[in-house]
Amino acid sequence: MLIEVREVHKSFGANAVLRGSSLQIDAGEAIVIIGRSGGGKSILLKHLIGLLRPDKGSVRVGGVDIAELSERKLLPIRRRFGMLFQGAALFDSMTVAENVGFVLQRERHHTEGEIARQVLEALEMVDLPGIESKKPAELSGGMRKRVGLARAIVYRPEIILYDEPTTGLDPIAAGVIDKLIRRVWSQLKVTSIAVTHDLKSAETISDRILMLNEGRIHGDGPTAEILRSTDPIISNFVHGIPTETR
Amino acid sequence: MVENLRQRIDGALIGLGSFGMLAIEALRSLRYKRPTWLDFVRQLHFVGVKSQSVVLTTGAATGMVLCAQTYFQFHKVKMDTATGAVVSVGMCSELGPVLAALMLTARVGAAMAAELGTMKVTEQIDALRTLATHPVDYLVIPRFLACIVAAPLLTAEAIVVGILASQLVGVGLLGIEGTYYRANMIRYTAPSDVVTGLIKALIFGAIIALIACYKGLNCREGAEGVGRATTEAVVAASISILVSNFFLTLFLTRLFKGI
Repeated sequence: MLIEVREVHKSFGANAVLRGSSLQIDAGEAIVIIGRSGGGKSILLKHLIGLLRPDKGSVRVGGVDIAELSERKLLPIRRRFGMLFQGAALFDSMTVAENVGFVLQRERHHTEGEIARQVLEALEMVDLPGIESKKPAELSGGMRKRVGLARAIVYRPEIILYDEPTTGLDPIAAGVIDKLIRRVWSQLKVTSIAVTHDLKSAETISDRILMLNEGRIHGDGPTAEILRSTDPIISNFVHGIPTETR
Repeated sequence: MVENLRQRIDGALIGLGSFGMLAIEALRSLRYKRPTWLDFVRQLHFVGVKSQSVVLTTGAATGMVLCAQTYFQFHKVKMDTATGAVVSVGMCSELGPVLAALMLTARVGAAMAAELGTMKVTEQIDALRTLATHPVDYLVIPRFLACIVAAPLLTAEAIVVGILASQLVGVGLLGIEGTYYRANMIRYTAPSDVVTGLIKALIFGAIIALIACYKGLNCREGAEGVGRATTEAVVAASISILVSNFFLTLFLTRLFKGI
């Protein structure tokens, strides 16, 4: 098992966001975590890479409990991950090439030629060659996400996390991102974990869906099965039927 | 009200603890991770080169006004030629380092806090962490090193320009005898005055960088959070400089002059 989350609790002040979430992910899976906005999906995703630490419970990556590790000891474990942020989180003072090649530059054992070649390969994989010298401010939202994806895959991580990959994009740009996520998963043989409330996207990019509800994993199964589930909570979410006003 | 006070004290202690942890992490990073020259030089350019005009203007203006005020008082007791000595000692050990540091706080500290705060709220700091990079190694250390290198150099410049400007005012404008002005200045300014000023500048540089980075890295969400972090960085660094200057004066004077 690659990732195991056991009984994770996380609160911010009086707001209990995660209330005993547990999940298991094997290498090579394509997972989507769905749930309502503000329901803690992104919080759960950030626990997987150690950006947040649980108040209670454990998060194991390759058998190592990362909740116990210091920030510095987490660094080699984080090297196994790539992450695409909701707003892409590109470094705005750098060019696209500097953003994409950031990790390779920091590792200090690659030649400039190697870095340039790998940056170009990553940009070609997201269909954006030729924009190396542009700054993030010159790019559209969809292009920024694709550059963010190139930055996440350039150093060949084992696991890629996607935080709301299609949020804020028009349907065509969202379709492009979905196609790229699927391409990255199949070509690079990575483990793909996304959180989204976009069910069309979830259907395209996942083989298995987990539904987060009230801070716990409420449903877990193959994508088609979850989308056709008769469970009232899952079914209401999938069909957009309001059950309560928040 | 008691509960409110307790919460504020708790918050202040937690903040102090977090700041201490950042300082320790910075020292640990200095020991294990060398910053790249490019990152360091970029910051040195920003902190040192781009602060020249502000610091030199401050130094010159301070030297001129200190010379004029000192002369107006000393003239009453016929001690005109001691003006240079007062200006020189004052600029070297107190006004040069303190005013240069306050100007650096306003220009550099505010910019650092705002830049890191914006990176925090746009998830760029989290992105750094996911890219297996410790924010202290990449963001704090180059800024810290740039500040502790640039602050003494800028202070030295401010002192020299201040003294030259005071001489221009004292000798050229107020009519003090130039030979005695310079002789008294050299006679009463000890090398320890200059060293005191430069040691203070180095410590002030460290204070500015650490406080600005701490406030930026711990910025709260949104534009308001960035604005607040910037203000807090400038206020906290300025007060820390002024308070620590008093203790440094006592300590360094006792150390160098045995008083």
